[in-house]
Amino acid sequence: MCATCGCDSGSKTTYKLLDKDDHDHPHTHVHPHTQDHAHDQDYSHPAQKTIIDVEQDVLSQNNLLAQRNRGYFEGRNILALNLVSSPGSGKTSLLERTLNDLKSELEFAVIEGDQQTTNDADRIQATGTKVTQINTGKGCHLDAHMILHALQGMKPKENSVLFIENVGNLVCPAMFDLGEKERIVIISVTEGDDKPLKYPDMFHSSTLCIINKIDLLPYVPFDMEKVKSNAKKVNHHLEIIEVSCISGEGLPLWYNWLKSKVLQPETV
Amino acid sequence: MHELSIVMNIIQIAEQQAKAANASVVDEIELDIGTMSGIDMDSMDFAWEQAVKQTMLQNSVRKVNRIKAKAKCLDCGAEFAIEKYYDACPACGEHLLDILQGTELRVKSLTVS
Repeated sequence: MCATCGCDSGSKTTYKLLDKDDHDHPHTHVHPHTQDHAHDQDYSHPAQKTIIDVEQDVLSQNNLLAQRNRGYFEGRNILALNLVSSPGSGKTSLLERTLNDLKSELEFAVIEGDQQTTNDADRIQATGTKVTQINTGKGCHLDAHMILHALQGMKPKENSVLFIENVGNLVCPAMFDLGEKERIVIISVTEGDDKPLKYPDMFHSSTLCIINKIDLLPYVPFDMEKVKSNAKKVNHHLEIIEVSCISGEGLPLWYNWLKSKVLQPETV
Repeated sequence: MHELSIVMNIIQIAEQQAKAANASVVDEIELDIGTMSGIDMDSMDFAWEQAVKQTMLQNSVRKVNRIKAKAKCLDCGAEFAIEKYYDACPACGEHLLDILQGTELRVKSLTVS
């Protein structure tokens, strides 16, 4: 069992880079175990019990790797964004639309996280964007370790925007820093307006909330003011943008937010 | 069910420390787990039971310090206990809170032999 993400070593995490020329570079990555779980008993037994003050954060290994990723991004002026949501709230649709609308202005790369299939990566690849699909097997979230390996395969360009689409899950990904600059939580109006209260950790750890599918507002009992007030109660720093990837309403606000986060490369 | 990943990380940290101290058994492990750390204790207990098998923690006594969450109101300065991120300040009713404690998730100490 992998000690970083808890996945069963029998169900290996796989990485597949899809590029514009459609060359497949599949490689299966077996999580390297930095140490074996000791089952043997041939240690020399100290005569008495020893107390060790550990004071170590349980997620310290993930957090260290996340900081390494963060340094990689900063050194290359890559804006890394971690997209989190429940399954079906429109992360991939938002990405497709964004990539198509802005690809002449910005350089993009995408890491897709799902338990199985390359369906999402195929959709991204159709926009002409470099994309790596991570299949977590049984894992319920991406972690910094997986991102590290995906980066080694894809090598996103300097001064680019890297979208990391996390596994659809509003619980587990909240705890795992990937090294992103901003975390974006997406909900859709077909979900309940109490979502921020039901899954507060995710809303508390995000910087931007995108409310998607607003073209469906006339058909669903979704109270926009209530969801905003709920989200703000959980995280008063949270910015909120309402969009529809179908009608295009609100997308300019999202694009402005995105461009405001892209740092212009220093001219020497 | 990220609690299993969390338990695996705890085991890794404890075994590393125990080996460094030339020990073979972790007799006792003390954990700090804040009430707002995102850990469900029932899931954690379930994962623990399965994950410690065949490790140095198989027969460890586990002590958990549940650190109760506290916040400070950024509006009026009151400090108070909270249970949820969306709790309001009991003094002024605002939601501008700074979490002071309760998100801890760490291995505090070990007793090894």
